[in-house]
Amino acid sequence: MSKNVSIRYALDWTTVFYYVVLVLMGWISIYGASYNFDQASIFDFSQRAGKQFIWILSAFAIGGILLLIDSKLYNIFAYFIYVGAILLLIVTIFVAHDIKGSRSWLMIGPISFQPAELAKMATALGLAKFMSAYNYKLKTWKDLIPLGLIIFAPFILIILQNETGTALVYVAFLLMLYREGMKGIVLLIGSFTILLFVIIIKLSIVTLQVDQGTLGMVLGMGIILLVQIGYAIFICRNQKEAIILLLGTILVGVAAYILNIWFYVNYNYVSIFTVVASCIYWIFIELFHRYKKYWFLVLFSICSVLFCFSADYLFEKVLEPHQQVRIKVLLNMEDAPLGAGYNVNQSKIAIGSGGFWGKGFLNGTQTKLKYVPEQDTDFIFCTVGEEHGFWGSTLVLFVFWLLLMRILRIAERQREAFSRIYAYCVASILFFHLMINVGMVLGIMPVIGIPLPFFSYGGSSLWGFTILLFILLRLDAARLERMR
Amino acid sequence: MINDTLQNRRYVIAVIISAVIVLYVLRLFTIQIIESKYKEGADSNAFLKKTQFPPRGLIYDRKHTLMVYNKPAYDIALIMREIHDLDTVAFCKALSIDKSYFINRIAEIKDHHRNPGYSSYTPQLFMTQLGIEDIATIQQSMYKYPGFYIQNRTLREYAFPSAAHVLGSIGEVSQKKIDNDDYYNQGDYAGRDGIEFTYEEQLRGEKGVEILLRDAKGRIKGKYENGKEDIAPKAGLNLTLTLDAQLQILAEKLFSGKVGSVVAIEPATGEILAMVSNPSFNPSILVGRQRSENYMQLVNDPTKPLMNRATQAQYSPGSSFKPLQALVLQQMDGINESTMFACNGPESSPIKCTHHHGSPVSLLSAIEQSCNPYFWNAFRVTIEKDGYGEKNAIFRKNYSEWVDRIKSFGLGSKFTDGDIYEQSRGNIPSEKYYNRVYQSVTGWRAITIRSNSIGQGEVLVTPLQLANVMSAIANEGYYITPHLNKCDSMLKKIHQCKVDKKYFPIVYEGMSRVFEYGTARASKIEGLDMCGKTGTADNSHGKPHSIFVGFAPRVNPKIAIAVVVENAGFGSEYAAPIFSLLVEQYLQGKIKRVELEDRVTKIVTNYNVQER
Ligand SMILES: [Zn+2]
Repeated sequence: MSKNVSIRYALDWTTVFYYVVLVLMGWISIYGASYNFDQASIFDFSQRAGKQFIWILSAFAIGGILLLIDSKLYNIFAYFIYVGAILLLIVTIFVAHDIKGSRSWLMIGPISFQPAELAKMATALGLAKFMSAYNYKLKTWKDLIPLGLIIFAPFILIILQNETGTALVYVAFLLMLYREGMKGIVLLIGSFTILLFVIIIKLSIVTLQVDQGTLGMVLGMGIILLVQIGYAIFICRNQKEAIILLLGTILVGVAAYILNIWFYVNYNYVSIFTVVASCIYWIFIELFHRYKKYWFLVLFSICSVLFCFSADYLFEKVLEPHQQVRIKVLLNMEDAPLGAGYNVNQSKIAIGSGGFWGKGFLNGTQTKLKYVPEQDTDFIFCTVGEEHGFWGSTLVLFVFWLLLMRILRIAERQREAFSRIYAYCVASILFFHLMINVGMVLGIMPVIGIPLPFFSYGGSSLWGFTILLFILLRLDAARLERMR
Repeated sequence: MINDTLQNRRYVIAVIISAVIVLYVLRLFTIQIIESKYKEGADSNAFLKKTQFPPRGLIYDRKHTLMVYNKPAYDIALIMREIHDLDTVAFCKALSIDKSYFINRIAEIKDHHRNPGYSSYTPQLFMTQLGIEDIATIQQSMYKYPGFYIQNRTLREYAFPSAAHVLGSIGEVSQKKIDNDDYYNQGDYAGRDGIEFTYEEQLRGEKGVEILLRDAKGRIKGKYENGKEDIAPKAGLNLTLTLDAQLQILAEKLFSGKVGSVVAIEPATGEILAMVSNPSFNPSILVGRQRSENYMQLVNDPTKPLMNRATQAQYSPGSSFKPLQALVLQQMDGINESTMFACNGPESSPIKCTHHHGSPVSLLSAIEQSCNPYFWNAFRVTIEKDGYGEKNAIFRKNYSEWVDRIKSFGLGSKFTDGDIYEQSRGNIPSEKYYNRVYQSVTGWRAITIRSNSIGQGEVLVTPLQLANVMSAIANEGYYITPHLNKCDSMLKKIHQCKVDKKYFPIVYEGMSRVFEYGTARASKIEGLDMCGKTGTADNSHGKPHSIFVGFAPRVNPKIAIAVVVENAGFGSEYAAPIFSLLVEQYLQGKIKRVELEDRVTKIVTNYNVQER
């Protein structure tokens, strides 16, 4: 009895409130997405909204049960849960039936379930346990390698199940690692890499004159040079070198352009030559003045050049054709309304047609006409956009923002590293899902099939996110228990 | 101190999250409020993707005779929302259907449980697989029935009323198939069985798309971009079968009134020349609207016409097992050309002889005269040759070797690297099986399993396997997996049998004598040296099955055949003449023995067999 009372007192009801609001809004959207004018009630269990109702009730039940479990157990059994989830993922690869190429669904009687949805929670627990160990530092190889393995094992298993989208979620843990002490530069370099990749791929089809290089490569090199100049000015406070570099670059560019009148000049090589020359220049400065600050710049430049060369290769050889197409669609390079771009195009039309106030509940025509595929799972946000317009979509995003901010606050008030790390994992995962899913629907992110937390139709994902969140709530409640 | 700076990172994270959300809100603002093109996209024009079905690949026989082609068919589709002011009576009359049928059909379409993909906005199939004659009336007056559309399709048409089991049929795809393969949608057709199933992906081709524009009320506003983005359907690839249509037709004719099957294989290539299972049916009765009704009739027929006996029925091979037995027993050093055994005719024990001939018997005459006691004794001395040993270990080892060599001819398991749909395994009883049945490793001996020696008891084969054994014998010890698709890649599936070449000549001689002096004298073809063996397999369902296996000509064989006539009687009487006629047709191009052909055709062994 006393335990129940303490839970009721210590539970973060605000979070529960946001959770319930999101789940209910999701349910209504699913009803809207699968609604036909001649269809029965929201509780018709042969329909998706009716089924989702059952999932929601069971998710509430699961959440309730999780709150009753002693919080210490989560810490004690963290590794067991992690290993269990890994084993389940392995079993799934062998047991699962092939559903449209994906081997990720376990069938237990009439219920099908995706263990990958549980693996996120298990990995979060595993990470929290490992990193909260006494004396843990995100510095030595001894600490970093097991950490990498904890993240990498489920990642590779989910890839093997052919669920690349779900596997990408594991990138989200970078955010948690950043909070726990990973160098911020990793995040920056990550972003810079993506920027270079996009520029190279997108502009590699734009050629300069005839066969004289591509805009992508030249711009990529240009950006590297700009970074060098910026670094010289703002980090090294050495404007003289920066100006010399700038003049040098312009000189080479003009010289190449003039030489082009008489000779065949490939601008790709000219731009790469410029970067290499600048590196030699920095090394020279370094040796001459012993600044010791330019080594990093040289290393960075060399890596970037190599990356630019390999980006094309990576894109063509490493990515699957359908992944290539998705990225090209995102970059507006492939424009087939019924090809891969069809989904996103239709999704934008559906959202765009919602206007400010939306067409009203159950009045969306685009979703009704089944123009938008997967409209009750991955593209559920479309229905919100079409039926409830700008204010409705913004409201949903706002509630998500409130929830995420609340989780960050919960995270920071933990006294134990275990709980804090777990909380950051939860925030990272939810944020990543939100960013990719809504970004995809809005045409900002590539089409990666991952659900919108608490919203998308489906038991696995709803249960998965509920478990993820309620374990956090239980850990958080324990914080007060111990104080008393 | 360090912890403080790390704590500050929460602000960085909060800023990142907030920034992304603000970015998305701005994006929403752009799409939903500033830009108008998306609104127009939804309000004025939306795409209607109209599937263009590709013609299915044609099927030819080995001589490039067209066997299966396509004829146009029509579906009537409806979009529930667009139907208004419907004159139901006139509509039903034009389609010659009852009003009650119409009402039922509409109810079925609207029923979410039976038609989970239903939407009143999208086309739903009202009637499918109509012929040109069915829609002739309604075609001109279609404009009177808004909401109804005619959709073009193709149906299968057959040049001959034959080879139903080989060709298979096409039917509406199951929900499971739709879930597992993106190619299919509700109402599509796909191969259900036979070749149509095995080569579905090759035959089906690629669907095309016609993109139409329509407004929010569903009215078609013409082609999108003048058809620039349309995708033309790609016809399915044609398929050339290994079948010889003439031989197939003859074999089916010879089987009228009988139950059983024939498989003929070209030994050098493993190509199946004919594959018949009777009772059969005209494949065209499973096409179009009458499909389901006819299908139910076939399902309920007690003679099981839907079963492909050639690959699915399992029989005791009886004496037709003896040539293979002779090879394996020689290879295992149990007997050789000069081994003799006594035969007391019908008084022999424990296995009787069904023929009268001199004694003792040699291997050669044992094959020629089909002497059971000889094969029993030969089998016994072979697997007992090294004694029984402790716990029967030596005996069991020798028996397992026998099983292994027999199975190397393709018996006891399915052909997994071929393209035959739905096969049975057959059975060659293993050592483990007997250990289990007799509950110990010492509980069984040669005498216990004596029926194996003469191809009775637990030994079971399918006609396909039997024909393949003949093919392997004709090839002197190897076979190419029997197959139906005439292409080079199939020829690489060579399987070596575990009997050396040197043991074959005597078996050839014995099988040849079957036509000269033995049980098949009456089925000899003048001027042609053939090899064969009769079989009369006892069974629990009445008269024995009449079996004949063989190949021809003896030198450089061109065709290997297995014939099984169920519950007919002696192998020599029913199966042997069919073998002989098929060989004549295939090697000489036509039948000269017309009266024999006539007589065989008219024999009826089962009065329940219906011609379909
Ligand atoms: Zn005898």
